[in-house]
Amino acid sequence: MNEIANYIAVDTIEAAAETLAAGPVTVLAGGTDLMLQTEAGARTYAATLMNIRRVAELRGVRLEEGALTIGALTTVTDLLNDATIQAHCPILAETADQFGSPQIRNMASIGGNICNASPAGDLLVPLIALGAEVELVSKPDGRLHSRRAPLEEFVTGPGTSALGDAEMLTFIHIPLADGAAGAFRKFGPRPALEIAMAAVAVTGRIEAGKFTNMRVAFGAVAPTPVRGKNVEAALEGKPATEETIAAALDCVDADISPIDDVRASAWYRRHLTRVLTQEILADVFQV
Amino acid sequence: MSSKSDISFTLNGQARSLVVAPAASALNVLRHEFDLTAAKLACGEGECGACTIIVDGASVCACILYAADLDGRDVETVEGLDAGEALDPVQAAFIETGAVQCGYCTPGMVMQIKHLLAENPDPDEAAIRRGLEGNICRCTGYSKIIDAVKSAAQTLRAG
Repeated sequence: MNEIANYIAVDTIEAAAETLAAGPVTVLAGGTDLMLQTEAGARTYAATLMNIRRVAELRGVRLEEGALTIGALTTVTDLLNDATIQAHCPILAETADQFGSPQIRNMASIGGNICNASPAGDLLVPLIALGAEVELVSKPDGRLHSRRAPLEEFVTGPGTSALGDAEMLTFIHIPLADGAAGAFRKFGPRPALEIAMAAVAVTGRIEAGKFTNMRVAFGAVAPTPVRGKNVEAALEGKPATEETIAAALDCVDADISPIDDVRASAWYRRHLTRVLTQEILADVFQV
Repeated sequence: MSSKSDISFTLNGQARSLVVAPAASALNVLRHEFDLTAAKLACGEGECGACTIIVDGASVCACILYAADLDGRDVETVEGLDAGEALDPVQAAFIETGAVQCGYCTPGMVMQIKHLLAENPDPDEAAIRRGLEGNICRCTGYSKIIDAVKSAAQTLRAG
């Protein structure tokens, strides 16, 4: 573990962006991944450790003009208990309920879960299905810049993302679709504190007997959480029947590229992905 | 900016200040700087709950919490529970139900149960099991720990 030359706790986005511009900086939010990764030698601290947990404007959920905005420091417990999330985006509360343990949910932030960019990051899966965008700020020339990126493009590989060295994730934006149903399911040997062997999120609705606006995402079965574009195409506009679901499940393999590791074999991950997808479509969409 | 961090926080009701290394865990600081050895280092990865403390009313794993992040916050450990004359109702319930075996998980269990009962004063068995999903007892003495939660909840509700 290398020495941290400077520790700074900031309380505004502006101050955080200025510190990042002076870089190099390691950003501390909930810390649940950072302490583990640095202790294990998987990651080294930059010269400056910047604690952003006191940036109050980055914590909370807002509903405006048919979209949800979630601050990056919103904890997983906040997602679980937030009335706006429960009413307008229950799939996120459902995912939060399957995340870590009470202690980890109390510490971990949504922004940290995204920036950690784990292939098995629980929150990434429903967020990709929901079409979430991340907002990233930086202050390269004395002015605060902000850009947005679709989450499914932001995560680029295991532990890597399109986050620039001087950038910070500030907000997650989620477009809300009218009448959409959906669910998140993950599987592991133990419900609590489990890194998923496979995870699936599906959103959409049934209109006039047909699957409509279907969005599917898979976790822990590829280098990043991925959209299930082939499965989506096999469902979209088709009659909501068992035959359609069976045809869609045959497309799962084309969407994922799982590996064998200590948690599960690639074969089992493919099997789980099909089972979880089938269960969601049958249970939630009542086909 | 500094390579050390000056922190001031409330520890079991008392104002405390010290200087910590930025990468130090809250658990190490509690154990080695304050001699509060109830919270245990077991897995060191936030998986087992033996290091559970309460910070600003929420249970957290002290082993993966940055001590620097305690600045300005309110920290409670088991050592603060029986500072008065009597044991805390959760502690008393552990004795009454025989919920202690080797004792290594007990301080973390007690703090997590404090958090659980603050959130939900009347948990059913399923809620108790969910509430303790982040705490591992390697003696596997879960039945009596669950009995202790029920007993403590009853005592607390009776006021």
